[in-house]
Amino acid sequence: MTTTTLAVLVPLLPFLGSAAGLLLGRRAPGFVRPLAVLPTLAAAVLAVFVAARQGGGKTIEAATQLTPTGSVPIDLALHIDGFAALAAVLVGVVATCVQIYSTGYLRDDPRYPSYAALVSLFTSAMLLVVYSGDLMVLLVGWEIMGICSYFLVGHYWETPEARAASLKAFLVTKLGDVPFLIGLFALAADAGTFRIDGILGAVAGDGLDHPTLIALLLLAGVAGKSAQFPLHTWLPDAMAGPTPVSALIHAATMVAAGIYFVARLLPVFASSSAALTVLAVMAAITMVGSALAALAQDDIKRVLAYSTIGQLGYMAGALAVGDRGAAVFHLLSHGAFKALLFLAAGAVIHAAGTNSLSAMSRMSGLTRRIPDAYWTMTVALLALAALPPFAGFFSKEAVLVAAEHTALGDRTVAPAGAGWTVLVAGLLTALLTAAYAMRLWLLAFRGRGAEAPDHGRQPLAMTTVLWVLAVPSLGFGLSVTYLDDWFDGHALTPTVTTAVLGTGIAVVGALVTYAVWQRTRALAARTPLGAVAAHPEGGAGLVEAEAIAGHAPAYGDIASAPDPADPGRVLLGPLHRHAATGFHLDAVYRTLFVRPVQAGASLVRFLDREVVDTYVRGAGTGTNWLGWLVRRAQTGNVQTYLSALLAGSVVLAIAAVVLANVAAGA
Amino acid sequence: MHLAYPAVLAALLFCVGLYGVLARRNAILVLMSVELMLNAVNLNLVAFDVWLRDTLHAGQAFTLFIIAIAAAEIGIGLAIVLMVYRNRGSSDVDRLRDTAETDESAPAPGEAPAAAGEKAEATA
Amino acid sequence: MILAAQSPGFLSPSGVEIAFLLVGLVTLGAAVVTVTTRQLVHAALWLVVTLGGLAVAYLLLTAEFIAWVQVLIYVGSVVVLLLFGLMLTKAPIGRSPDADSGNRPVALVVALAAAAALVWVVVDAFRTTWIDLDGPAQGSTKASGEILFRYWVLPFEALSVLLLAALVGAIVLSRKNTGEKEGPR
Repeated sequence: MTTTTLAVLVPLLPFLGSAAGLLLGRRAPGFVRPLAVLPTLAAAVLAVFVAARQGGGKTIEAATQLTPTGSVPIDLALHIDGFAALAAVLVGVVATCVQIYSTGYLRDDPRYPSYAALVSLFTSAMLLVVYSGDLMVLLVGWEIMGICSYFLVGHYWETPEARAASLKAFLVTKLGDVPFLIGLFALAADAGTFRIDGILGAVAGDGLDHPTLIALLLLAGVAGKSAQFPLHTWLPDAMAGPTPVSALIHAATMVAAGIYFVARLLPVFASSSAALTVLAVMAAITMVGSALAALAQDDIKRVLAYSTIGQLGYMAGALAVGDRGAAVFHLLSHGAFKALLFLAAGAVIHAAGTNSLSAMSRMSGLTRRIPDAYWTMTVALLALAALPPFAGFFSKEAVLVAAEHTALGDRTVAPAGAGWTVLVAGLLTALLTAAYAMRLWLLAFRGRGAEAPDHGRQPLAMTTVLWVLAVPSLGFGLSVTYLDDWFDGHALTPTVTTAVLGTGIAVVGALVTYAVWQRTRALAARTPLGAVAAHPEGGAGLVEAEAIAGHAPAYGDIASAPDPADPGRVLLGPLHRHAATGFHLDAVYRTLFVRPVQAGASLVRFLDREVVDTYVRGAGTGTNWLGWLVRRAQTGNVQTYLSALLAGSVVLAIAAVVLANVAAGA
Repeated sequence: MHLAYPAVLAALLFCVGLYGVLARRNAILVLMSVELMLNAVNLNLVAFDVWLRDTLHAGQAFTLFIIAIAAAEIGIGLAIVLMVYRNRGSSDVDRLRDTAETDESAPAPGEAPAAAGEKAEATA
Repeated sequence: MILAAQSPGFLSPSGVEIAFLLVGLVTLGAAVVTVTTRQLVHAALWLVVTLGGLAVAYLLLTAEFIAWVQVLIYVGSVVVLLLFGLMLTKAPIGRSPDADSGNRPVALVVALAAAAALVWVVVDAFRTTWIDLDGPAQGSTKASGEILFRYWVLPFEALSVLLLAALVGAIVLSRKNTGEKEGPR
């Protein structure tokens, strides 16, 4: 088979698997698991094949036009370069891991068939985005992901949190998608085509007419999908979904799509320095803010969610300094260790019976209950904190190096200001990242207090996946010297300055956190706190749903807990209160958008009920009154009828005579 | 003779009959008033027949026919009045108000039995 | 009266007019009393006067056959029928307070308006028209018989069928229902 055929099969197989799963889910439950895992696995294998054949060499282009579509043609096009090939491998591998993990995690879930089919569809859509060489087709995958995330985040739709979170995810990403769509059309109108190679050719040739406008419009959609400030608020709330979904969304699919899209069209953005500056500022705010917020979260998954936002900020920062190689490199390594973090967190939540870090810090022996999750999570946290030689170190260094070069003027793709912004924010974030990673690890695994309950061994499907993902988290960074050829050809290897600076800062952050924790752990023993799920013996999915639903009633808030022993609270000081709520951005949105919309809705409701309906009711009542009047005439008395009849005849006769006379007179 | 005399007399008689038809309560008196109106027409027919010297005597022939029809009409009419009187104990015209529109918006008497019928069908 | 009809010059034209005027007044007065009296039986009797007056008017218009038919059928049979009807419906003898329905004012207005309109139109139209009563009588019995059986035979026969139908209908309607218990009342 040619590489093109293989590449076509990659998104197609999960799609077919999803369709078959939806069709057969009810009738043949035995087929559901194979149908969920095998197509995704096959797609992953094929993606590896495609990557091997492409080999970072010449871009594979293939296109077919189904039907003429007017002035701007829409093609079914493949565009596979090194970025696409590697991103597809990441998506395939992570999706396969998630599917295998889900067979264990959602073992007892009655809605597993539809869940698995949606995950397959999600994967298929992301692969479509990755491989597509046409922006219209890319948009199709983009929007399918939006709707799939809506369904998957709302998987536990019995709980109000999940319903609200799924709606929020959908609405916020759509808020970005509207300008995104307009931007796409503007881009296609300027370039005369939706084909990516055509657009890049146009940019390289004559340039675009309105690069800044287009870039900013597209950035809105990217911010929505990739959870960048100010459209990131849906991501922490999306934790209401099952953990494997979080892993999928955060590691490989949804949020990666935005970064990947910018990487694809980087020349478009690079042709406007204003857009790059905006992107840099956006990334900097996102990084620092999310890292601060992560330090204050109590829900283990929310910590990870904010860390995702922060890492996406790194990628956006790399793009802002015009180095898409570094961005996609970080995307890949982050995909590996973030998927691992989430899947391990799922195991932790299942074992602990709670998603609250405060409760876990008053629980001992968790490491003995789930040694696999403990070790793999340690690896992943080290990768997150970017300590050598883990994957995160190399990819983050690549970003920092690109920023440093831009700031010092060695690279001229982006303005130096953008470089400085990204560099400073990146270093600050490295400190904070190490701090919250340390806090997470200490609170979750170094707790003291009652023995953690024993729920038996974790399913093999879950633990195996953890170890599989631990390998790239550990070693992917070592491939850095080979990756240059796959990307634009810039060296991605760390330089001494940033390596020492970044690692040193990270170590400082971790040590400070450890020191604070040493002081506060005594306090933890004195303030009992915590609640566990009501049915700890149930399946992992059930425990998690109960833990999420129980967090707000138990601790007063969905994000934070009133735990004085929390090192994050001590570290942040007065900032903690604001960081826990995500710096009140939700409240701001509430005031800026929700309230006016609600006011408008009530106004419309008032107009409809009181004004429009009055006319409608008036029409009815008026007719009733007229009917009543006419009914008065129906006396049933023949004489009355006859009187009216004859009176009418007389009037008519007189009128006729008068008219005849008048006519004769005239 | 002036044609206006019989014509005006006929018109006035007709209007008197008209008044009787509209104002009388007893059905038999109404029938009498109808006779008055018929006779007014007869007078007109005769007068114009004489004035025009019609060779076919159409006016007088019609008058004869009308008299015959009036006799038939009064026979049938009285029979109807008798029947009404027998059924209702009264021959007052303004009490025969069965066709009046009443205020109670009766849920058409056909509906309830129809629904019951459907129910019966459903159970059967 | 036959004499008068056969010799139209018996009275001067103005004399015929005077006679017609008087008869007309009597007829009209009787008609008004017929529709206004409160005594039902009196109404029937005043109707006799009206119909008789009309018969005289026919005579004055030289339509003798019509006049006799009028007397025979109306005065002789119709009024008798009406009286029977009044008796059978137990009409009160003497003044009945509710002889007129509530529709009376409306009826008055309509009737007056119709009268005004008709009289106005008729007078306006026939102000200068005179009936020539001289010459052969237009409505002698002989003439009537001839035209009736020469030109109007078919309608005449049809009318006889109509009368038969009315006869049967009246019998069916007024007959007491023998199976009254089964019949819907």
